[in-house]
Amino acid sequence: MRALVLSAGLAALAVSVGASGAKPVTFEMPEEAVPAELADNEGEPVVAACSTCHSLEYITTQPRGKGPQFWRDAVAKMVNVYNAPLEPSDANAVAEVLAKRFG
Amino acid sequence: MTTGGHTPPVARKGWENPSAAGEELAVFDRRMFLAGAGVAALGGPALAADGGVTLPFGNGARPLVRMPQKREMILLTTRPPQLETPFTVFNDGLLTPNDAFFVRYHLSGLPTVIDPGAFRLKVGGHVGKPLELSLASLKRDFPVSEIVAVNQCSGNSRGFVQPRVGGGQLGNGAMGNARWRGVALKHLLEKAGLREGARQVTFNGLDNPPLDGIPDFVKALDLDHALDGEVMVAFQMNGEDLPFLNGYPLRLIVPGYYGTYWVKHLDEITVVDARYDGYWMKTAYRIPDNDCNCLEPGQKPDKTKPIGRFNVRSFITSHGDGAQVKAGSVAELRGIAFAGGDPVRRVMVSADDGQTWHETQLGEDLGRYSFREWRLGVTFGAGKHAIKVRAETAGGEVQPVTARWQPAGYMHNPVETIMVEAV
Repeated sequence: MRALVLSAGLAALAVSVGASGAKPVTFEMPEEAVPAELADNEGEPVVAACSTCHSLEYITTQPRGKGPQFWRDAVAKMVNVYNAPLEPSDANAVAEVLAKRFG
Repeated sequence: MTTGGHTPPVARKGWENPSAAGEELAVFDRRMFLAGAGVAALGGPALAADGGVTLPFGNGARPLVRMPQKREMILLTTRPPQLETPFTVFNDGLLTPNDAFFVRYHLSGLPTVIDPGAFRLKVGGHVGKPLELSLASLKRDFPVSEIVAVNQCSGNSRGFVQPRVGGGQLGNGAMGNARWRGVALKHLLEKAGLREGARQVTFNGLDNPPLDGIPDFVKALDLDHALDGEVMVAFQMNGEDLPFLNGYPLRLIVPGYYGTYWVKHLDEITVVDARYDGYWMKTAYRIPDNDCNCLEPGQKPDKTKPIGRFNVRSFITSHGDGAQVKAGSVAELRGIAFAGGDPVRRVMVSADDGQTWHETQLGEDLGRYSFREWRLGVTFGAGKHAIKVRAETAGGEVQPVTARWQPAGYMHNPVETIMVEAV
C-alpha cells in the first residue's frame, strides 16, 4: 500500500496553469529526485517510508550533527503526530539510517 | 515506478537534467490533453543556469528551480512545494512580484484542478444563514478593498537559529510584501449572521493531507480578530489572480500575523462556539508564553500560546554580505523594515559594528503592514566595515542585538549585520 502511494506521489510531472480567471487551473506535483545521500540500498527504507507523504529534501536539508536523538524524535513525530503508517521495527530502522547518515 | 518497491536512484529527468527539455515538452502535451481545452500553460520546471545557491549556514546548499508562475526560486522542498525568494528581489521594489513570492505548504495533497466557475466558498457553522459563494458573487456582492501587507513564514530565517533546530531550514526569503485585493472577512460573517455564543472562526483550504490520519491544515482566529475589518479573503495580489502556489483562487490575509494563518485555496470558513483545538492550533505553531517569547537554548517551555503577530525586523538590501564599495565616496545604503502592525518609526544603521548609530531616511509609507524602505548615504574609509541595521516601532519595540531562541525556531529577528569592504 505504501509503495502504491509512493508511486502516485512521484509519477507526476510539472504543471499547467490557467492564465485567465475563467479557465480551470490544473496542478501536478513537480518531479522529484531521490537525493544522492539516500540513493543506495541502505537508504531504501527511508525512501520507501518517508516518500509516502513528502519529498526527501525534508530530510537532507536538516542541520547536521544534531545526534541520533534528533532523528529518533523526528521519526517518532511522524508516527505519533502524523500517523505515518510504519511498524515500530520499520520506524526504528528508518531512524537508525537517518542518524547514521545525517546525525 | 512499480508497486513492488521504489525505483532505483537514477537521475530523474526534469530539474536535474536540462537536456530533458524535449521529454518535458512531450509530457507537457499530455498534460494539456488531460487538462482539457482552454488551459494555458505557463511553463514547467527548469534547472537554473548556475544550478543553485548556498545559504550562509551549515548544509545550506539549495537548487534554484522554476515552478509554474514562478521565476527561479530557492528550493526547500518539492513535495509539497516550498520555495524561498532570492534575497536580491527585496532590493527591486517594496512590493514582491507574484512570480518571486515565497511558497510554503504543510501537506502534500494539493488540489489538482480548480475550476473558478464551479468553485464555492462556504461560510457556515455557528451562523444564522450559511453561505456558498461563487467567485463572481464574492467580487460583485460585497465591498472590495485593498491592503498592502507583508506575509512572513513563522520559520523565516530558521537556518540562522543557533543552536540549530529542526524544521524548514530557510534563509531570509520566506517573506514578501503584496497589495492584496479582496473582501473583508467581516462582511462575509455579517452576511451569514453570527449566532449567540460564536467564539472563533476556522479556515480550511482545498489542500489536504496525503493520507488519512494526518491532521488537515485548519487554522482559527478569535471572533473579534476575524471581525476587525482588516482580515480579508483575497482574490488578487498585486493586481492579478493569486498564483496557484500562493493560494489560488482565494487566500486569507491576516495583516501583521505570521503566514501560518494565511490559509491558501480557502474554501471553508466555519464559525465555532468553542476554542478550536485542532492540531495546527493546539499543538503546532506554539510559542513560549512569556514576555520575550523566548527560552534559553535547549529548554522547553512551561506554557505556550499560538504564534501571533510579527516582531519588528529590518534588512539591508542594497548590499550583500562581502560586497565591495568605493572608499572615500558616498555609498547609498538601503533596505526594508517591517513589523506586525505597530508602525516602524525609525530605522538606525551603524557602519562601525554597532558603536555609533545613524537615523536613516524612511521612504514611502504604504501602511503599517507593509515593508518600509530606508536609505542612508555612508562614506567608508578603505578597509572592512561591519554594517548593522536596527528598526524601532512607534510602540518602542526594537530588534534584539543577539537573537532570541525558540524550540521551533520561530520569530527570528535579531539586528542584521553584513560586512563590506571599501577599496
